[in-house]
Amino acid sequence: MIEFKNINKKFGDKVVLDGVSHVMETGKTNLIIGTSGSGKTVLQKCLVGLFEPDAGEIIYDGKSFTNMTEDDRKLLRQQIGMLFQGSALFDSMTVEENIMFPLNMFTHDNFVKKLKRVNEVLDRVNLKEANKKSPSEISGGMKKRVGIARAIVLNPKFLFCDEPNSGLDPVTSMVIDKLIKELTVEFNITTIVNTHDMNSVMEIGDNILYMVKGKKEWTGNSKDIIFSENKQLNEFIFASEFLQDAKSLRMMEAKAIQKQ
Amino acid sequence: MNIITHFGKYVIMLKGMISKPENTKVYWKEFMLQCNDIGVGSLGIVSIVSVFIGAVSAVQTSYQLVSPLIPKTTIAQIVRDTVILEFAPTLVCIVLAGVVGSKIASELGNMRVSEQIDALEIMGINTKTFLIMPKITAALVMIPLLVILSMVLGIWGGRFAGNASGILSYDTFDRGLLLDFRAFNVWFALIKGYTFAFIISSIPAYYGYHVQGGALEIGRSSTKAVVVSCIMILLSDYILAALLL
Repeated sequence: MIEFKNINKKFGDKVVLDGVSHVMETGKTNLIIGTSGSGKTVLQKCLVGLFEPDAGEIIYDGKSFTNMTEDDRKLLRQQIGMLFQGSALFDSMTVEENIMFPLNMFTHDNFVKKLKRVNEVLDRVNLKEANKKSPSEISGGMKKRVGIARAIVLNPKFLFCDEPNSGLDPVTSMVIDKLIKELTVEFNITTIVNTHDMNSVMEIGDNILYMVKGKKEWTGNSKDIIFSENKQLNEFIFASEFLQDAKSLRMMEAKAIQKQ
Repeated sequence: MNIITHFGKYVIMLKGMISKPENTKVYWKEFMLQCNDIGVGSLGIVSIVSVFIGAVSAVQTSYQLVSPLIPKTTIAQIVRDTVILEFAPTLVCIVLAGVVGSKIASELGNMRVSEQIDALEIMGINTKTFLIMPKITAALVMIPLLVILSMVLGIWGGRFAGNASGILSYDTFDRGLLLDFRAFNVWFALIKGYTFAFIISSIPAYYGYHVQGGALEIGRSSTKAVVVSCIMILLSDYILAALLL
């Protein structure tokens, strides 16, 4: 579980995060949604320690991340996996070397054992044949899956995903969403996903934090969104007429079920 | 950003680089890779530059020494001293600032922009120690070796060109080489080599590590890194000469 209280962050005079508080639950896919510039990425970077918040506290499983020493943070980070928007795979390494890198750095296992683990995670993300390929030889969707494989290779307790669907076609997006959801439940990890993909919101949103201009605007899950009367949220989620119609249809269905 | 801010950030980067490696085996592998990139990768250009500067300095010295009173062995002495004192350490290091410096700055800049450095940070790795320290230590090991190689090849180039163009025979050149030889000159060249190696690796690492933006900024920081490295090489060249000679 990750809890953060009153997170504030400014860049110069621009307030990017303004007193954001929320609890990210274990075993659930926790989504941070909002328009571009709403502070999603900055919040996520504050949570993993890439940015230091100006004020507020971040707590990982009861331990204050904000007040931790750098050495303790380093240890905690070994329990964190992160999938970056552009995958952030190391260009100079093959897929296998990319995934093996955290194992090389933090374990003293022999090569055979490390290779076995690499093949396990590659199998888990359905990428059995890609071991020897370099990142430049694989597609965007495959890169994301390699990124996920690298993020989970050390069995993390916390998984961060920054816009995992950006630049992917709808089918591949759904595959990635499904994979993130399955891994979260299977390994009982706390997953935090930054997204503005509406499919993801509806498919995997167990615990959603909607942000507007650096502030928490709404929280709930994907089912709550249908019935939410928050004007800004509705305008953001159901931006097109098609989606508005879909919402009306879903509401009618839900009411009919309630009457029965 | 002004010079003082840059210098402050540079010092903080160097300070942050000094920490215990997470896994010595991985760091050793990275160090060896950098030795290969910086040392072996620069062998070709260093060899070519060295042979030609030696050859040109032999021919040009002979062209300027018109008096029959000056013995031919003086040409060898001048080639030897200019190559050891200036050409091998300074000129070669300026070439290396272009070759190695731009590579370091663009490599780190690309890693920064594509979030690879962030990915390493998230894993709990001290990125300054992992990415910068092996580059600086590899440069400190390999560049003085390249300077020594450059001295040998430069003198050989002068000896070959002197003989090939009929200026002086191999025997005369060899006699000149041994006349008034000061071993301190070689030490001085090595001191320069170590100083320049640190400049060539740490300044581009600073510019690459702190890139913000995209491809355009990577190019700009790479150019800036080379320009600043060259200026710092020339400045420290003068300071060392004034202090030690």
